[in-house]
Amino acid sequence: MASGSVADQEGKVMLLGFWFSPFVKRVEWALKFKGVEYDYVEQELTNKSTLLLTSNPIHKKVPVLIHNGNPIAESLVIMEYIDETWKQNPILPQDPYERAMARFWANFIEQKVTEPARDALLSQGEQQEKKVKELKEAMEVVEGEAKAKLNDKTLFFGGENGVGYVDIVLGWTCNWMETVEEVGGFKVLDPESQPQFHKWMANFREVPFIKPTLEPTEKLVEYFRMLRQARLGLVANK
Amino acid sequence: MAGNGDGVTLLGYWASPYALRVKWALKIKEVQYEYMEEHLPDKSPMLLQYNPVHKKIPVLVHKGKPLAESLVIIEYIDEVWKHNPLLPQDPYHRAKARFWAKFADEKCVPAMFRAFSKVGEEQAQAAEELRENLKTLESALEGKQYFGGETIGFLDIAVGWIGCWARMNEEVAGVNMIDAEMIPLLSVWFQKFLELPIIKECLPPQDKLLEHTKEFHKMLMMATLT
Repeated sequence: MASGSVADQEGKVMLLGFWFSPFVKRVEWALKFKGVEYDYVEQELTNKSTLLLTSNPIHKKVPVLIHNGNPIAESLVIMEYIDETWKQNPILPQDPYERAMARFWANFIEQKVTEPARDALLSQGEQQEKKVKELKEAMEVVEGEAKAKLNDKTLFFGGENGVGYVDIVLGWTCNWMETVEEVGGFKVLDPESQPQFHKWMANFREVPFIKPTLEPTEKLVEYFRMLRQARLGLVANK
Repeated sequence: MAGNGDGVTLLGYWASPYALRVKWALKIKEVQYEYMEEHLPDKSPMLLQYNPVHKKIPVLVHKGKPLAESLVIIEYIDEVWKHNPLLPQDPYHRAKARFWAKFADEKCVPAMFRAFSKVGEEQAQAAEELRENLKTLESALEGKQYFGGETIGFLDIAVGWIGCWARMNEEVAGVNMIDAEMIPLLSVWFQKFLELPIIKECLPPQDKLLEHTKEFHKMLMMATLT
């Protein structure tokens, strides 16, 4: 990662993002939870800015957080950075074992929920079926965790502190999963077999700093439909 | 049952690089632990109980509580035993170390596996991708002796195993993975790192690992023929 070559106003926080990206949204949720002021700079998917390319030359992707001129990429890495830099309203648990479990679940969510969902969105036929199956199996595990950890008093995986790291990492599902289902043409969400997860989604959507950030589904569907068509069109033309 | 009182137990497999990097972390921190070998592919009831989600090693059990995922375990070890810190203190440098560990695990390791398990064009492409990604990883050294600076740290133990496995893999699969001309600094670092006594003494016996690698490769090649 390049450093020192971008906006270096002392203490200034900049976030490079796409409005439709769940990875960017996570970082915004973390910043808002902490009450950190930041400048949001919208990027273009196909016409990547010099700022984006110099701050994340390895992956050329958003989100990128730039703080004190230092760029940080990868949403989970950024979230840990935010938690370590701004100490108010901790996102990760304080206890080392609980922290490790939060990181374990974040990894599980990324590998077994987020990535298969993205793959299912951008594929079709047998390949998509395989990803949907993986996703369904992972959702059983998520429901199991929700059953084990949540109740009428404990609404979030962050426990008595309210929203926490796992909630923010999983949070994209409450705004994007329906979109991915509609655009991809499959079903994964099931209120009957996932009652605790659905309760969690409903509660997460209502959190005061989360609610205003949620994008209208129609807008997301329109955009992701275009992304899916572009990806499948490319594959067909190979 | 493992995890007696305050004790530390590591469930591992002798040929696993993921168990190895946890061993390195425990060694650096001078933590006394009980090692329990899993006789893979058979999985013990203890493993299934302690890691029901993934059913994989390594699993660290501390004070009776199990943890899985090698990098998660290493960060836990770093936070519980504070001497000889693995991650740097500064949040930005910690972020960089985590970023690069993720890069190696997501971009270098799968490419290495594909270069090892595929043939023909697919193998050639995977090997090229691996060499390029190792070149990118090299930039993270930033002219230092180790990724951790003067002494080894989190990123060194996260990625160091690749030097050992890649050399073995390239010999068995017959494709170049470590190109010393392309990655002069990283090659030197691999060598230095793997020669450190604390690192070397945890490595699996090299002749046994080579046999194991050959067997595994044979199995994979037969699978591609069916």
